Amino acid sequence: MTEASGITGAAIRGPSGRSPRSLLRSIEIDTRLLGMIGALAIIWIGFNIMSGGLFLTARNLWNLSVQSSSIAIMATGMVLVIVSRNIDLSVGSLLGFLGYTMAMVQAIWIPTALGLGFYQPYTWVVALLVGVLLGAALGGFQGFIVAYGGVPSFIVTLGGFLVWRGLIFQYAQGQTIAPMDSTYALLGGGPIGSLGDVGSWVVGALACAGIVYSVIGSRRRRQRYGFPVRPTWALVTVIVAGSAAVLGAVWIANNYFWPPALATQYALDHGITEPPGGLQIPVGIAYPVLLMIAVAIVMTIIATRRRFGRYAYAIGGNPEAAELGGINVRRTIMLTFALLGSLVAISAAIQTARLNGAVTNLGVQNELDVISAAVIGGTSFSGGIGTIPGAVLGAVVMQSLRSGMVLLRVDSPTQDIVVGIVLVTAVGLDTFVRRRATR
Amino acid sequence: MSSGEANMTTTELVPLVEMRDIRVAFGGVHAVDGCTVDLYRGEVVGLVGGNGAGKSTLMRALSGAHPPDSGEIRIDGQPVSITNPRDAKTLAIETIYQTLALADNVDAPSNVFLGREVTTRLGSLDDSAMESATRTVMGRLNPNFTAFKTQVKSLSGGQRQAVAIARAVYFNAKILIMDEPTAALGPAETAQVRALIRQLKSEGIGIFLVSHDIHDVFDLADRISVMYHGQIVGTVNKDEVTIDQVLGMIILGKRPEEVTQKELAKLHG
Ligand SMILES: Nc1ncnc2c1ncn2[C@@H]1O[C@H](COP(=O)(O)OP(=O)(O)OP(=O)(O)O)[C@@H](O)[C@H]1O
Ligand SMILES: [Mg+2]
Repeated sequence: MTEASGITGAAIRGPSGRSPRSLLRSIEIDTRLLGMIGALAIIWIGFNIMSGGLFLTARNLWNLSVQSSSIAIMATGMVLVIVSRNIDLSVGSLLGFLGYTMAMVQAIWIPTALGLGFYQPYTWVVALLVGVLLGAALGGFQGFIVAYGGVPSFIVTLGGFLVWRGLIFQYAQGQTIAPMDSTYALLGGGPIGSLGDVGSWVVGALACAGIVYSVIGSRRRRQRYGFPVRPTWALVTVIVAGSAAVLGAVWIANNYFWPPALATQYALDHGITEPPGGLQIPVGIAYPVLLMIAVAIVMTIIATRRRFGRYAYAIGGNPEAAELGGINVRRTIMLTFALLGSLVAISAAIQTARLNGAVTNLGVQNELDVISAAVIGGTSFSGGIGTIPGAVLGAVVMQSLRSGMVLLRVDSPTQDIVVGIVLVTAVGLDTFVRRRATR
Repeated sequence: MSSGEANMTTTELVPLVEMRDIRVAFGGVHAVDGCTVDLYRGEVVGLVGGNGAGKSTLMRALSGAHPPDSGEIRIDGQPVSITNPRDAKTLAIETIYQTLALADNVDAPSNVFLGREVTTRLGSLDDSAMESATRTVMGRLNPNFTAFKTQVKSLSGGQRQAVAIARAVYFNAKILIMDEPTAALGPAETAQVRALIRQLKSEGIGIFLVSHDIHDVFDLADRISVMYHGQIVGTVNKDEVTIDQVLGMIILGKRPEEVTQKELAKLHG
């Protein structure tokens, strides 16, 4: 058997020589993910050149991260739904409905209806909890109809798409619910809703430690059984590249400073005399981005290290085999929808917090962005294929296209045309590459 | 009527499995039309019959893949209700399906442990432990198998079959259903599976072996149940019949003593 000396694992892996591909394989990095990072780099550099250096600024990249977070969070849940051969068209409407409900909880129900008053320390927690539980329940309800009722998910969630939006219009009567609780509003990001420089560096350091821990931990596990492991240089490459990316991102976020007016206000409030160039307060990582990273990590663990995730992939690969293998297929499918529903609630919180209120067209067309992000990220409608990091990158690609075109003053219909063409091209390319790879 | 005379060779009184008057229909097609079979501990019962005779359907009724419309199943004399594959596995019934029923897009260890994953204390999947165990079982079945990290979709037919067999034998089955287990295997691997069947039998496991290879069946089975158009023609002791007699039962759908000289001549002509 091949469980011989593990150090030179690259040689054991296969007959292929030291081609670039086999090098990548020994690092054990998904080549598709690398391809996406490459595509993203091309998009960023392209926009930067076309906009005369406006794209690759700390300010624009920081904004990009905040704008991507809400779609990225939902896209991670959409991956598991699509992987198990379903679709959820209702996320945009559900987001509106949940955002609206959470706004009602903090702006009307807690303060007025229950008479507890505004800005209680617990308000944001209660609102978020209500949203997440309701999201899981409504998503799970749609999933129940799909899994146990046997109605195709396309139909069920098309129904949900209409119903949730209709309910908002019925109850909101066109009203905007505002303002949001002051703590809750931090979830939307902005200079105040961010970590600042020290906090960002701490998070960055923790992330680097996490990378080292998980890379070495998985190597230990394999070594314990005498399996081949990747070579040490590959291990070091992964750790260095990962840490560099993390710290670079923190550095960029810390190089975006509070807007002058806000900084002046802050200086006045805290009795600081402003230096000549104005007070430079680093913004750091925004809370919604932090939330997105946390969700992506948890969802990656669920998808790759938990039974539930494995079942979703097995079902997508062959539903009948999954059932015969003893998996509870129906429950698993229902839970993928419930999980997505609770993630929709988190995104709804970010969006309402950012707007500091709930409006009736909250989340309109989000389902398209979310599905596109998942699909650009390599999730396949034929089932069983898709990754969480891919979906997050897909959301960033989508948002980069949109915000880059805004910088270039491309009008909104043209933006839609470009995004549509990119979506089809990306999936077409992906399918082509996949087909060649399996041949 | 099926197994009265055959029982004399087995000393045990209560069969491990009894399937009585099982019926399964697909629309108007009576795929299994009142079948009764039984199986004792440490026994191999060969189930033979032409294509579409209903062998797989009868076995799928026992494995929970397609519960019967009517009939009774007893395990160790106790009536049981098997409504899905999980019920069957709880009763220690393991199955190698004719279609293999593998999850194509995950690797061999994930398939072997599908639905029964090994987890760490925190509930995370312990892939290394599963791979290690899979390497051990595979070492018995097919020592040349090394593709433990490949999606089973890209394995060869025989390798896939080995994965399906590994999955069925790993979990201490009491009852094993093997539907064409060697159909895709090469000669060496087939010999290995035969040895495995003998060993499992000696460990007291009861095995239903569905096969078109009549020599295989004669080699391994203690008793042979013959199906024809959804019904059991008869169950015979391997030692009391010839291969030709069993072939006659498969093709003509009649017990040896009912076959006329003319039919026999036609069979050989
Ligand atoms: N899922 C199904 N839907 C409809 N008809 C079915 C189904 N499964 C089996 N049948 C029918 O039931 C009958 C028995 O099929 P079965 O698969 O049990 O035969 P078999 O004896 O295993 O044949 P083979 O030797 O070809 O594997 C056939 O007529 C088949 O067409
Ligand atoms: Mg069959």
